[in-house]
Amino acid sequence: MLKTFKKGGVHPDERKISAGKSIEILPLPKRVAVPTTQHIGAPAKPLVKKGDIVKTGQLIAASGGFVSANIHSPVSGKVFKTDEVVDASGYRKPAIIIDTEGDEWDESIDRSDKLVKEIALSGEEIIKKTGEMGIVGMGGATFPTHVKLSPPPGKKCEILLINGVECEPYLTSDHRIMLEKSEELMVGIRILMKALKVNRAVIGIENNKPDAIGKLTNLAAKEDGIEVQPLKVKYPQGGEKQLIDAITGRQVPSGKLPIEVGAVVHNVGTTFAVYEAIQKNKPLIERVVTVTGPGITQPSNFLVRIGTPVGQLIEAAGGLPDNMGKVIGGGPMMGKALVNLDVPVTKGSSGILVLPHEEAHRAPVENCIRCSKCISACPMGLEPYLLMIEAEKELWDRAENDNIMDCIECGSCSFTCPAHRPLLDYIRLGKGKVGQIIRNRN
Amino acid sequence: MNQKLVISPSPHVHGGDSVPKNMYGVIIALLPALVASLWFFGIGALIITLTSIAACVFFEWLIQKYLLKTTPSVSDGSAAVTGLLLAFNLPTNIPLGLIIIGAAVAIGIGKLSFGGLGNNPFNPALVGRVFLLISFPVQMTSWPVPITSRLHYIDAETAATPLSVIKEGVSAGQTIPELMSEIPSYINMFIGNIGGSAGEMAGIALILGGIYLLWKKIITWHIPVSVIGSVIIFTGILHLIDPSTYADPLFHVLAGGVLLGAFFMATDYVTSPMSRQGMLLYGVGIGVITVLIRVFGSYPEGVSFAILIMNAFTPLIDRYMKPKRFGEKVKTVRAQTSK
Repeated sequence: MLKTFKKGGVHPDERKISAGKSIEILPLPKRVAVPTTQHIGAPAKPLVKKGDIVKTGQLIAASGGFVSANIHSPVSGKVFKTDEVVDASGYRKPAIIIDTEGDEWDESIDRSDKLVKEIALSGEEIIKKTGEMGIVGMGGATFPTHVKLSPPPGKKCEILLINGVECEPYLTSDHRIMLEKSEELMVGIRILMKALKVNRAVIGIENNKPDAIGKLTNLAAKEDGIEVQPLKVKYPQGGEKQLIDAITGRQVPSGKLPIEVGAVVHNVGTTFAVYEAIQKNKPLIERVVTVTGPGITQPSNFLVRIGTPVGQLIEAAGGLPDNMGKVIGGGPMMGKALVNLDVPVTKGSSGILVLPHEEAHRAPVENCIRCSKCISACPMGLEPYLLMIEAEKELWDRAENDNIMDCIECGSCSFTCPAHRPLLDYIRLGKGKVGQIIRNRN
Repeated sequence: MNQKLVISPSPHVHGGDSVPKNMYGVIIALLPALVASLWFFGIGALIITLTSIAACVFFEWLIQKYLLKTTPSVSDGSAAVTGLLLAFNLPTNIPLGLIIIGAAVAIGIGKLSFGGLGNNPFNPALVGRVFLLISFPVQMTSWPVPITSRLHYIDAETAATPLSVIKEGVSAGQTIPELMSEIPSYINMFIGNIGGSAGEMAGIALILGGIYLLWKKIITWHIPVSVIGSVIIFTGILHLIDPSTYADPLFHVLAGGVLLGAFFMATDYVTSPMSRQGMLLYGVGIGVITVLIRVFGSYPEGVSFAILIMNAFTPLIDRYMKPKRFGEKVKTVRAQTSK
């Protein structure tokens, strides 16, 4: 019996149609829009102004606090302006817009493919440099990595978990990184282990990626303290709390961080970025993005500079199909529907999914038939049907007592509901309100 | 780029489950019992089943279209399920008029007066059945003899059910071992060759249907297991105390409506609790009340009443029996160790 998390979960069609496609380098965009909020926390403060000439990898916006991240220029060229652009969230965000001219990199960056195994920096230096290089969680949450590498006083990390689950249907960017950057990944894991002062790391990979499991298991056999844990395919196993439960059997208590149970989780994409940052001096200026969907003629995995408009990625994958209905930034379960094709790729963009018209609309909502399937599906042990009623009726105190803030917004409830009720929509609304009430109380 | 993009919050895909899928799943699961019913009760079973389904669907359509002025939702299959279950709870020689009254009560009062599917506190089929039982006790408790009454409807030859044989015998002073010779063998009870309501007699067919429901994940094991388990345990204890007054557990499971109730009536989504622990408590409540009515009450059979009584507790159970939250156990362990 393969390991998996204990509570709830669903199994959507996997549809990993781009899994066999090697990572391709996308041609440089003519213009990039680099938002200053590509991470959780304070926005970065722009350091450049209109007309400035920047090099690829140059710092263009400085971290706005401890929980924030540096932002570097993904291209070389001239700053066109600082303006607001609509990002994946649908809101306008301040961004630095740069017109590309050539591709002149900052001299300090090692652009060679040579594998550097020796880790020269100390643990503290690694954490500092991770922050300088603007590394954030690349699985989608975009939490600044240096913060996760600095456990609060009194807490000790016992185990490092590397998230290679990629439980979202369609997405394959992490899968390709595991296959094509395996050796770099191992060094990246060593770096994270050194920073966290742990001697054990486990890579969790779902069983639908046997090639990645095989390759990394062989490599891990040569490493001390690194192992690969194949996992049963179940969504949302890539959720931090679910992954910790699946691998260690420990459950992070409500409202607490993974460090509470001695675990720290990093995504494989992040781990690779950490390798490049520490060993190659390369800031986070590009990432692997899957472009996929039933109507996409050439589903692909692209290495893309941050700030590239998603329209250019879709063009490179064969263009928009005629019956196009929805363009999603991320996977079908947790991704965000994009409002236009000028939305830039950011540090957290793992994929672009194009859904045809017939899959883009929801079925009509019916009465709740109290089948309790949402309760069976909820990985957090919540009652989605009840939280929806409480949010509808604005019963915020009851929603708080029913642990609405524990919801990880995985969407398993709405995915399961036979009456097609918009459970997560209302729970999200409730979380916003209850969160506000809690903040005002403190 | 002049195509419009569709915007909606996540998730952007759906698992494909639907209300009709669940309802038609229940109907498929009831087919073995229907076949058994047609085999043993023949034309009477056919007439009452068709009448009951047609009447329930008709009343749902009529009330929704002309009284409530909403779009009729009969295609979701829930009215047909109510009709089928109502028929299964009636004797096969019941006059047509009573079925139609039962259907009107089940759908009109039991279901639509509360706001339709999803809002009714009590199982509609049981509301219809109990209404008929209390209003027309004579017609509702005359049970055609299986096989010999295949070609008869109203005029079918009738006999007492095993439960009423035991009930009347014990109160007349006879002992269980004496009465056992007057009731059909357990094998006949298991295959449904006994008198009783149309669809409740064939244990094997009901269990098959129940397995189908579990396999299709339409229901979970919690309610059927806790209902049947508590009936077995409670009657087992009574039987051990005094075997001459109390029948054995197998008799209680095979006779009457325990299997139909446990798999098909108590598991009704709308009227049963939502959490797993709640379902277990609810199931035990049904089992215990059923046995209390059968053994100590004045009715020979109590499954319908037991389910309706526990239906009334469902909101309370939902309020206090919450699912176990993620991380809950860890929290308590930590709290204990930190002391």
